[in-house]
Formats: sequence, structure tokens, C-alpha cells
Amino acid sequence: MEFFKIDKVFDFMSKRLPFLGLSGLLVIASIVLLFTKGLNFGIDFAGGTVVQVQYEQKAPIEKIRNTLEGTKYENSTITEFGSPQEVVIRIKGSSSNLANDIGDEMHKLLDSTGNFEVRRVDMVGPKVGGELREKGLMALGLSLVVILIYVSFRFEWRFAVASILALAHDVTIALGAISLFNIEVNLDILAAILTILGYSLNDTIIVFDRIREGVQISKESILDKVVNESVSKTLSRTTLTSLTTFFVVITLFLFGGEIIHGFAFTMLVGIVVGTYSSIFIAASFLVQLKFSIANFKAKEAEKLKRQKEKEKMRAMYEQGTV
Amino acid sequence: MKIFNYRFIIFALSIVFGIFFSIPSLMQTDTGKKISLGLDLQGGLHMLLGVNTHEAVTAKIKSIASSIKYFADDEEILIDALSINEDSVTFTVLDVDEMPKMDEMLNTSITGLEVNKNDQDYILTLTAEDIEKTKDFAVSQVVETIRNRLDQFGLSEPSVTRQGDTDIVVQLPGIKTAEDEKAARELISKPANLELMAVDEERADQVYTMTASQAAQYGNIILEDTNDASTKYLVKEIPILNGSQIIDAQVAFDQANQPIINFTLNSSGARIFGDFTAKSVGKRLAVVLDGKVYSAPNIRERIGGGSGQISGGFTVAEAGNVAIALRSGALPASVKLLEKRSVGPSLGADSIKASMIALISGFVLVFIFMIIYYKRAGIIANIALVTNIFIIIAVMAMFGATLTLPGMAGIVLTVGMAVDANVIISERIRELLREGMSIPKAIEDGYSNAMRAILDANITTLLVAVILYAYGTGPIKGFAVTISIGILASMLTAILGTHGIYEALLPKIMQSKDKKKWFGVK
Repeated sequence: MEFFKIDKVFDFMSKRLPFLGLSGLLVIASIVLLFTKGLNFGIDFAGGTVVQVQYEQKAPIEKIRNTLEGTKYENSTITEFGSPQEVVIRIKGSSSNLANDIGDEMHKLLDSTGNFEVRRVDMVGPKVGGELREKGLMALGLSLVVILIYVSFRFEWRFAVASILALAHDVTIALGAISLFNIEVNLDILAAILTILGYSLNDTIIVFDRIREGVQISKESILDKVVNESVSKTLSRTTLTSLTTFFVVITLFLFGGEIIHGFAFTMLVGIVVGTYSSIFIAASFLVQLKFSIANFKAKEAEKLKRQKEKEKMRAMYEQGTV
Repeated sequence: MKIFNYRFIIFALSIVFGIFFSIPSLMQTDTGKKISLGLDLQGGLHMLLGVNTHEAVTAKIKSIASSIKYFADDEEILIDALSINEDSVTFTVLDVDEMPKMDEMLNTSITGLEVNKNDQDYILTLTAEDIEKTKDFAVSQVVETIRNRLDQFGLSEPSVTRQGDTDIVVQLPGIKTAEDEKAARELISKPANLELMAVDEERADQVYTMTASQAAQYGNIILEDTNDASTKYLVKEIPILNGSQIIDAQVAFDQANQPIINFTLNSSGARIFGDFTAKSVGKRLAVVLDGKVYSAPNIRERIGGGSGQISGGFTVAEAGNVAIALRSGALPASVKLLEKRSVGPSLGADSIKASMIALISGFVLVFIFMIIYYKRAGIIANIALVTNIFIIIAVMAMFGATLTLPGMAGIVLTVGMAVDANVIISERIRELLREGMSIPKAIEDGYSNAMRAILDANITTLLVAVILYAYGTGPIKGFAVTISIGILASMLTAILGTHGIYEALLPKIMQSKDKKKWFGVK
């Protein structure tokens, strides 16, 4: 079975401006969303307490609300979680008292609402929340820097810049979707974002590798054509890998349960956007950055020459003829 | 069949390795190294505690002040205005002639102090280095103490580890009920600071009319009774003994069958206790635990042998926990809860079930798809994929890594990404076959063409995973570990393994009628 005929070369680059425009719109919309609606930070980053309770019968949400009325937890939000039996109670504060914490008190307060089991109590203090947020941003920033250095070293600086732009594009749109669908941002969402980073980079690098190869071996000197050829040649692989990963993540999304929902959703968005960007966007940046085939070839030839000279020198030393 | 190529042999070995070392984890055998399940999967309690390290510094300052007072009393040096501040002690030596004696004591018996003199006024400051040392020591001592307490509490595999300068991570797998959890938290947080203090009998009847500052003028403090806050005691501020001299504490029962705690003092404690009780017959001795008076019995005679008891209306469970806390020693500084994650066992089981369903169904989908799309090449890729999973499990088990929920997601994701290398290689081979290359050459060139892309892509992902590991906490770290192992394993199975299989099968491929069908090409 084959999806794409290999000899067919699609002319992506002639349509790059419309695609860049579309991406631009999506990115701007995402940024606007992030600045207006913002992200719904969960307790990992904002601090607070989450109590997950499972009732033997349908969870009496109204009754729970009434019970908490008048206590210091009356501002907590109560939502169904995964099934009608289960609810999650989100409380703004956190308690640093080891001997008596919010979980204990909720246990006592809810005693009259029916038979239940407290399945999870997560409490994150404000200091930890701040630290986690800081570390998360740090990890994101550092990842980008390391990628920049590695790709510059292995390819050329324009490849590095183009891949970073493509990554920023993917991550921004994923964050926009998270904001739009009001997904709670916790540590696992951060993990998903970082995975998208790795995944989308994977895709982009493989396309870029083809372009690098194309530049070196083809006699073509017009970049657009080389890019078109390379992207077309990798099209089959890009879509296939995305499909298989998509399969896995969609099963995670459908059957993984409520607790992994946000993670799976973020991954789904990331895979779709990442695939789109490595086909239509990443290479366009390369063209926009005015990557020059002639210069690259000259540099590669220079590199090769230097290496050959080194080998020659070494051979001479080894034979002792210097 | 050309089985003896090095790639195939390495691959075969890694299959054997993968299967062998993942058996203990998959079969849950009693022996062998297994993957340990994270608290989010097996249920339990995870806590991040912060140590109030400044308390340890304050305590040190206090003890310096009391040893100066003790020394001055002993040597009959008159001092005045002895007071303590945040990290300094100040006092005045009234007689200039006594100063050399005081100087010598300060130089020889107390370390880590900076002594400044202004005429007869002394200002002793802890050096910055000593403050750091005191804090650092306090944190390690808290770790040690909590570990001792939990060991005796009877939980399976509690783990107490230090994190950073002032934080401690406590993990208690297997906590089942809210009551157990609460008891464990109380045990951890109990200061267990036992003091034996003398009641100031001369002024004892004024205790209800006195303010704290009035009491302080006589060197006394006012303490409440543990059961009845309206009962108050006036006791001497400097204790006779403290908990550091306790070597054992056990639960026992008194004549009324009420639980009490018997404690034993070390030899120096026993001597001080004996001397004190000898000269204080008829007076009361307050047994103070964490600033509350448990009992204040009359001393009838000298108590030798160095043992005493605490009674005060405990339940049996309480008495047991107090005894554990006393045996393990007092916390040198209090701890506060910074983060707590407690997962019930049923939720953990649900999470495992859900991610297993996701893993298996995702796997099956990928499996079928690869066979339809690539035919026999797909089967070979699938063999690599399965091996990949075994290797991940085996490596994680060998390093005793912890499998968390995000880690499960990491494995699911690796399955998706592991086919990537296979897809890249197969596509390359197809390409070369279409160009009319012979099969052996297409396989060789296909692998070498694909290699650079696979390496570059995997190394960058690996770098991201390393950063994730360095900057992540708990579950995120677990995720980074599975991804990293997954990437390395997929490089082994996809690049080396499948290549080895092709080499081994090459004679067979060449003999078959429709050679290209092996790669799903018409």
C-alpha cells in the first residue's frame, strides 16, 4: 500500500505565503487568547487544593454545595469528574499544617452527604507553585536554546532559526487551544507541551535533513524547487508517523480516563499542528530567511577540504614523512 | 539464512535481555528487580515538607545563652543584661577582673562564634558559616528523625529524602485510609520535645494572676495542662532535663489500666535527675511534652536509676505514637507542609487499567496498520516495536526506575514514535527500489541514507528529555526517563535490529518470486 506516489512533486513553496498567512492568523489568535482569556492554571502552578471524591451512587453535587455553604470552603468549585459518581472539589487555599489539613476537614464536612471514598487529595502550597512555574519556564527556555545550538552545529544557523520559529508556532497554537478549551494547566500539560516540542522538532529535522541532502546532491540551484522535492519525498513518512502517533494518542484520549484527558488533548492538538507545520511552514521559513544554496555548498566544500587536509596530514605523520 | 551477522546477533541478545529482565515486572514474581510503581499508580502519600531552619538557629542561640549563664553561675562571675537576639547573644560582665576567665571559656568551649567586646559589653554573633552549618545539620537531623519514626510506625518502604537546602520529600506507599494518613502526618510533625521542669513552688499560687512577662522576671514560664487548658503551672524556664537524654521509651499500663509511657535516661541524665530529685523532695516536677504539662507529680524521694513516666490520659494508639516519637528524638526544627499528593489505592488501579487499555489498543492499531501498509517489512518493524517495549521495561526494572502515570503516557508515546525510525527506513528503501536499485543495495543505502535523519532527530529529542529530567519534579522526571530509554531502545531495535533481520533474511528475499512485495511495493 502507498499513500503518495514518490515521483509526484507538490509545489508547496508557491503557496507558502497563504499558508504563512494562515499560520500568522492562528498564532495571533492564540496570543490574543493567551492575553485576554489567559491560561487556567491548575493547583500545580497556582497553588491550592483538589479533593477527588467518589460516591457509591450519583454524586449529590447540590448537597455538597449546600454543606460547604457557610464554611470557609464555600468558594470552592465542585465539578463532575469523568463519571456521575465522581466529583472534584477545587479549593483556593492550602494548609501548611501537617497534623490537620484541608483533606481531613473535607472528610469530616462531607460525612453527611452519603457514602463516599476520598480518592485523591492534592495540595500545593504557593511557594511550590511558584517554583514549579519557574522551573517549567526554565525547562522550556533551555530546551529551545539547546535545540538552537545543536541544529546550528549540525546544519546551519538558518535551519536552527527556522526550526525554532516552527516550534514557537506549534507551541503557541497548542497553548492557544489550551486556553480556548479551558484545559487546566498542570505539570502533565507542561510535559505534553515539551513532548510536542520534541515531536514537532523530530518532524522538522527529518524534513530539513532531506533538504540538506537535496541541496548537496541535486544540481538544482533554486531553493524553492529543492524544498518542494524534499518535502514531497518526506510526505509519506511525515503523514505515516503522524498517523501512528495519532492512533496511540487518540486511544489515550478516549480510554485513558479523566486524569490523562488534558495531556492527551494537548498532544492531539500538538500532533496535528506539528505535522501541518513541518509540511507547510518550517521550510517556508528557510526560504524566507534567504537560505542560499550556493553559499551552503561552498561552505560544505570548504569543510570537506579541511577534513581531507587533516587526513592527509595525519597520514603523513603516521608514515613519518614530515 | 545468514544469521551470523553482528547486527542480528546483537538484536537477538537484546530480545533475550529484554524478555528476561522484564519477566519479574510483567509476571510480578517474588524475585528479581521490578519496576516500582509511582504513588500515583499504586496509591499512597507523597509530601514535600519545609524545615523551619531558623528555629534551629534560635535554639542554638538559646543554648549558648544558657551555657553562659550556667558557666557564670558556676564560676560566680557576675553578669548582667544577658539577652538574645536573632543571631546574637549580648551580656555585660560586671567585674573587669573576671573578663579573662569569661574570654577563655568563650574561646575554648563554644565554636562558631564571633566575639565582639565593647568595654565590658559582650556581643556574640554566630558566623554566617556557622548559621549555614546549623541549618544544614538541622535538616539532616529532621530527615533522620522522621525516617526513624516512620520505620517504627510499621509502613512498608517509607522513603524520606532531602531535596535542596531546606526541603524534605516523604513518600509513603501503601497508606490506605484517611485515618492512617492522618496518624502518619501527626507522627511526622510531632516535635516530641520532652522537658522535665521544676515547678516554682514559692510563687505557684500566683500563677492565675500573673502575666507572662511578670513570670519572666522570676525566670519562670506559665504552661497549660494538656487535658485542661484552664489548669496552669508556673515552672522554671530552664529545664532540668530534655529529651536528648532519653534512650528509650515504651508504652506500659498503670494500676487503673491506663496507658502510660515509661522512659529511660542516659547516665548523665540519670545523674542530674537523681541529684535534682534528692534536693527537691516535696516539690513538684512537671513533665512537659511539646510545651504542655502532662503531669506534675510530687517528688516523694530521690529517684535513682534514671527512669520516669508520663501519664496524662492517652489513648493506647496515642501513647504508642508518643513513645515512638520520644525514642526517635525531638525534631530540631518544626516542619511545614508545602505539597501533598495522596492517591487512594482504587484510583491508582483505575489509572493503571485505563493506561493499559490505551497502550494495548494503540499498540494493536499501529501493529495492524504497519502490516497492511508495509507487508512483510511491517512485520519486521513490529518485531522491533515489541522488542522495544520489552527493553524499556527491562531497563527501567534494572535501574529501579519508578513508573508514573506520565511515564505510562511516555511509553504510549514511544510506541508511536518508535515506528517513526522504521517508517523512515522503509520509505527510503522503497524509494531506492523504485529507482530500480537491487534489493541488497537498496537495503544498505536505505539504512545509511536514513541514519543521519534518525540520529539528528533522536538526539534533539533526547536533549529535550535530559533538560526535562534536570528541571522536572516527580512525575515529569519519570516521563523524561521513559522517553529517554524509549528513544535509545528504538535506536537499537530500529536501526540495528531490523537491519540485522534483513541481512539474515536476504538469501530468502532473493529467492522469493515477488521480491518487492517484501516492502509493500508493487
